[in-house]
Amino acid sequence: MAGLNDILAAHEGREGPLLPILRDVQSAFGFVSEDAIRAIALHLNLSRAEVSGVVSFYHDFRRTPDPRPALKLCRAESCQARGSEALAAEAQRMAGARVRVETVYCLGLCSVGPNAMIGEDVHARLDGAKVAALIGAL
Amino acid sequence: MQIRISDDALAVACGADAVAERFAGLGHEVARVSSWGMHWLEPLVEIEGRGYGPVAAGDVEAILNGRGEHLAIGTVAEHPFIAAQTRLTFARAGRTRSLSLEDYAATGGWAGLARAREIGPEAVVAEVTASGLRGRGGAGFPAGIKWSTVAQAADDRKYIVCNADEGDSGTFADRMVMEGDPFMLIEGMAIAGLAVGAGKGFVYIRSEYPHAIRKMEAAVRLAAATVAPFKIEVRVGAGAYVCGEETSLLNSLEGKRGEVRAKPPLPAHEGLFGCPTVINNVLTLAAVPFVLAEGAQAYAGYGRGRSRGTMPIQLAGNIRHGGLYETGFGVTLGELVNGIGGGTASGRPVRAVQVGGPLGAYFPPALFDTPFDYEAFTAVDGLIGHGGVTVFDDSVDMAAQARFAFEFCAAESCGKCTPCRIGAVRGRETIEAVIRGEAGASNLALVADLCDTMKFGSLCALGGFTPYPVMSAITHFPEDFDRRGTLAAE
Repeated sequence: MAGLNDILAAHEGREGPLLPILRDVQSAFGFVSEDAIRAIALHLNLSRAEVSGVVSFYHDFRRTPDPRPALKLCRAESCQARGSEALAAEAQRMAGARVRVETVYCLGLCSVGPNAMIGEDVHARLDGAKVAALIGAL
Repeated sequence: MQIRISDDALAVACGADAVAERFAGLGHEVARVSSWGMHWLEPLVEIEGRGYGPVAAGDVEAILNGRGEHLAIGTVAEHPFIAAQTRLTFARAGRTRSLSLEDYAATGGWAGLARAREIGPEAVVAEVTASGLRGRGGAGFPAGIKWSTVAQAADDRKYIVCNADEGDSGTFADRMVMEGDPFMLIEGMAIAGLAVGAGKGFVYIRSEYPHAIRKMEAAVRLAAATVAPFKIEVRVGAGAYVCGEETSLLNSLEGKRGEVRAKPPLPAHEGLFGCPTVINNVLTLAAVPFVLAEGAQAYAGYGRGRSRGTMPIQLAGNIRHGGLYETGFGVTLGELVNGIGGGTASGRPVRAVQVGGPLGAYFPPALFDTPFDYEAFTAVDGLIGHGGVTVFDDSVDMAAQARFAFEFCAAESCGKCTPCRIGAVRGRETIEAVIRGEAGASNLALVADLCDTMKFGSLCALGGFTPYPVMSAITHFPEDFDRRGTLAAE
C-alpha cells in the first residue's frame, strides 16, 4: 500500500492535482483522515478548509473508515423501471449490519438492470436470488 | 474458427467473461471485441459472423456441437436491429478489438486526423461548422461556433476537455465509445486540438465507469505517438452528478468543489485554469473524425431541420430490445419504443417514457408521434438531452417519479444557487404532502410556482431542468397526483 508521501510525490507537477491525490488516498486507506487533509493542504499550499470542502463535496470520499464490504446498487430511473426499489429493500434486509448497501445513480448498464457494482466488478439483471448470492460472497 | 465475444462492461456484467473462459477452456481462441449494442442478446457470441445470444457458460458446449439453434440470431451484421441503423459514430461497434491500433487503422482510423493536418486549422473549423454538428451532451450548441471562438483567442495556452461524466440514467453511449472505440475519441480530440491551437486535452470520466477508465488510459498510451505533439490525460471524477455540467467539471479538474460557475465568462473565453477551452461531450468529439474523413456534407446529409447528422439513441429501462440505436434525427418516439424497442420487457403496456435522463420530461404514449430532434422536443416541453430513452410500464407511480426528480436534485445539487439548493428540498416535501393526500390542488399550484422559479432562476441545468420531469409527470399523468380522488372537485 502506498503511503501518503508516495501519493503526494506521484502527482508532483500535475495540473490540478487535488482530486487525483484524494482519489488515491481514499483508495489506499478507505477514507480521508484529518491528518491526510492537513498534510495535503500543507503540500499543495491550500488551507485545510479548502481541502475539507473538496472532500465533503464528492460522494466517493469518506471522512471516517468503514471496513465493511460494500455493494453499490443502482437506484436511478432505468433501474427503477426494472424493479430496483423493491430489490433495494430486500438487499438491505439481506445485508444486515455486516455489508454496506450503498446507492449509486447509474452504472451505464441501463437496458439490463437492476445493476450493482462491487469494487470494480459490475453485475446486471439482478433479482433477489442473485443479490443474495453477491452479498453472501462478500 | 473465429469466435468473438464483447468485453464491454455491459456484456461482462451479464456474464461474458465466464462464457469466453468456457470457449477458451475447450481449446478455442476468443477475440474480445466491442459490443454491437444489442443488449438483450448479451452475452452475444459470434462464430464466423453468426450470432448466438444471450449465451450462458452452460450453453457453450451445445453451441459448439450444433445444438445451439434456440439461441441463434443469424448473421449479426444483418440483424434487423443493426441493419436499420445509420451507424457513423458506432460504425466499428461489434467489429473491432477496442485497443487494437491495427483494427482501428484497418477500418478508416486516423483518416480524419490526416485530412485535418492536410487542410489546416481554419478549414477544419469551417468543416465542423458546415457539418451542423451540435453538442451531443444535451445543450445542442453548435460545435463549430464553440471551436471558432477558441480558435480566435490569442492565448498561448488552450485546452480541449472531453466531458465523459455521463451521469444520466438511461444513457451509455459515451461509455460504449470509450470502451469500444477509444481511438476514435482520441482522434476527435486531436483534431479539435489542431483546429483551435490547443496542446493538451483532458478526458474527465466518472468514477462509476472503471472499465471505460482502464480502456481510455490504455488507449491514450497506445496512441500517444500518433497524436503527438497533442497530449491527452485521463482524469477520474469522484461521484458528483453535477460535474457533468461543463463549468462544474472545469472546477473539478482544477481540484475544486464541483460548483457551477456563473456564465459569462464562457469556457471558450475563460475555461480550464482561466484559459480558452473547448469542452465537448464524448459523442460530439467522437463524431468529428467522420466529419473530417468523409466531409461535412456527408454528415449533414443525415437528419432533419436544424438537427443534422445522426444521434446515438440509447434504449433503456423496461424495454424488450434495449441497446444502442444510432440513426439520423427524425425517427419518432413511438417507433423507437414500440417498433425498434419492442415495447416493455415486462410485457405490460408502456405507460411513460423519460427522454433525456433525470432532467428530461416524461412522455405519455399520446406524444409518441414526436420526432426525435432538438426543436421538436422543445416544442412539446421536453428535451432529447444525451439521447437516453427510459421506458416504464403501467406499474409506475408518476407521483413517486416526480418526488424522485426533486430528491435526486437535492442529493446532487452543488449548492451554489438558491433555487436549486432550497427548491429541490421544498419541492420534495410538497410532492410528499400531495402523495399523502394533503391539500392536493393548492400544493400542486405551489409546485408549479416553485418549478417556475427553479427553471428561470437556477444557474445550470440541474436546478433549471428538474422542473421537466416534475411538471411533465403532473401535466400528463394528473390521476397519479389525485391521491384521494378529490382534485377534480377541489
